[in-house]
Amino acid sequence: MTHSPTEPQLSAAQPPRRTRGLEASRARTAFWLLLPTLIVLALVAGYPLLRTIYLSFTDYNINTDAHPVWAGLSNYWYTTDEGIGLGVLQSPDWWRAVGNTLRFTVSSVVLETLLGLALALVINSKIRGKSMLRTAILVPWAIPTVVSAQMWNWMYNDSFGILSDWGQKLGILGQGQSFISNTDTALWALVAVDVWKTAPFMALLLLAGLQTIPSDMYEAADVDGASKVTQFWRLTLPLLTPALLVALIFRTLDALRVFDMPYVVKGNSPETMTMSIYARQQMFDNAQFGYGSAVSVLIFLIIMLFTVGYITSLRVRFD
Amino acid sequence: MRKHTPLQLLGQVLFWVIVVVVLFYVLFPFYWAIKTSLTPPVDLSRTALAAFPDSITFQNYVDVFRGQPFGRNLLNSLVVAVGTVLISLVLASLSAYALGKYRFRGKTALMYIILAVSVFPQIAVLGGMYSSIRALNLYNSTLGLMLSYLIFTLPFTVWVLTSFVREIPNELEEAAVVDGATPLQTLVQVLFPVMGPALVTTGLLAFINAWNEYLFALTLTSDDRARTVPVAIGSFSGASQYENPFAQIMAASVIVTIPLIILVLIFQRRIVSGLTAGAVKG
Repeated sequence: MTHSPTEPQLSAAQPPRRTRGLEASRARTAFWLLLPTLIVLALVAGYPLLRTIYLSFTDYNINTDAHPVWAGLSNYWYTTDEGIGLGVLQSPDWWRAVGNTLRFTVSSVVLETLLGLALALVINSKIRGKSMLRTAILVPWAIPTVVSAQMWNWMYNDSFGILSDWGQKLGILGQGQSFISNTDTALWALVAVDVWKTAPFMALLLLAGLQTIPSDMYEAADVDGASKVTQFWRLTLPLLTPALLVALIFRTLDALRVFDMPYVVKGNSPETMTMSIYARQQMFDNAQFGYGSAVSVLIFLIIMLFTVGYITSLRVRFD
Repeated sequence: MRKHTPLQLLGQVLFWVIVVVVLFYVLFPFYWAIKTSLTPPVDLSRTALAAFPDSITFQNYVDVFRGQPFGRNLLNSLVVAVGTVLISLVLASLSAYALGKYRFRGKTALMYIILAVSVFPQIAVLGGMYSSIRALNLYNSTLGLMLSYLIFTLPFTVWVLTSFVREIPNELEEAAVVDGATPLQTLVQVLFPVMGPALVTTGLLAFINAWNEYLFALTLTSDDRARTVPVAIGSFSGASQYENPFAQIMAASVIVTIPLIILVLIFQRRIVSGLTAGAVKG
């Protein structure tokens, strides 16, 4: 190894013969080091994904059928002679789940970003007890989603929930109603839980971004007589944008595949059914593995579309 | 300091109002869960809405372990999470060494693939995973859960460890190579001592993810032989159907949250740096 670590490209362009032999043997070693990871990833990610894609083109009821039967695109789009659409893309339940998921994603991500930004600014300001505050906000992030879902489930309980009681006293809810039993408010009640659980995560990511802004920039702005509000809009926000975008996209991808929390609170209820809950219901509760796999593939495509958009628009670099 | 104008004073007041509201929103659910878990089960219907309990009992914490196999669930969770972390760290340090210190063709493509796996929605592989786990005869076993959890812990640990290994000065590794150390010796004797903090951080984050996982645990287990805590808490119904189960659910929730709070308190610096490293790099 003759090249200095700062200019590897230079030595890579014109390798002397002995280095090239060394390079080849290093490449072989790298292959062996990576092999176990690659085998495991192929086993737990590659194969299951291909299998799901294959199953989405088959008719397969796991309770009654011994083997999947090739069915072409009929799980995605199929109209019977009577004109009834049986494919996923023709199913109102699927589109309702897509609508729920999108509304959930947009509202929870927007609220989380605002609240996370507020938390990050407070923790980053010169107030006392900010390290305590930073520890406190880590706790909602660390607890299991199922636990947070049950904590809120109890507060939303029809007869004994404290939030139902407050809602009824304020006249928002009718007698014996709760925010999750009322079909108009159910989705928003779930958004409140999600914001509670994930705004801290947002705050931590944004805090890391805030701490990279040099403090002398603020001193310069003070000297120039810029108000705190101007400083926020002209200085903090532009410099925070990269961290903000990364955090936003991370949360968007998470929210699009949400399963645990809505499922624990509301089960398979249509008014809060997300795309992932719909897929699992079709596969395991209705035993329709082919149809459910088609739903899974659609979710996968939606999320990959978002991811590719993210990588290209932010020009993420790896090396 | 300039003098405070009324507008600035209003701003100050508004600021503190927001801080108090946010703190209430963040902390109240915890208070309410703890309060409920300490309420005697017979009083729960009567005092569910009271701000403070009239009397305090730890009965619910005892009952959680009596009515149902909650101890077994805790043990399963611990076995699965620890197993997942160990397998991930071993595989990921081998890969991180290769990706961080070796040059070879296709490295960037490989990094792309690993990143792609880390954003795979779990639901997209659920059907295929279920068939594989069944075919391998690992359905309803802790080993099956560990294997399936690698889909989200492994890409993440590889990613963070690689960015860490890349920062280690090349001279350290070169010296070992010149001395004739094999790659494994170099990794274990030269890089591991330096990688300690990164291993702890990524291991911890992987542990929390595995400890909290729900979808695979729900789908790939059928009874308490392998059922983990999140599934148990998600489907808790109490010892008898006439009993309101929420006092026990809250007690169980507090029990599984305490170890996490302790971990967070001890390792908060590292968790924060690990989270932001994973996110900013990814």
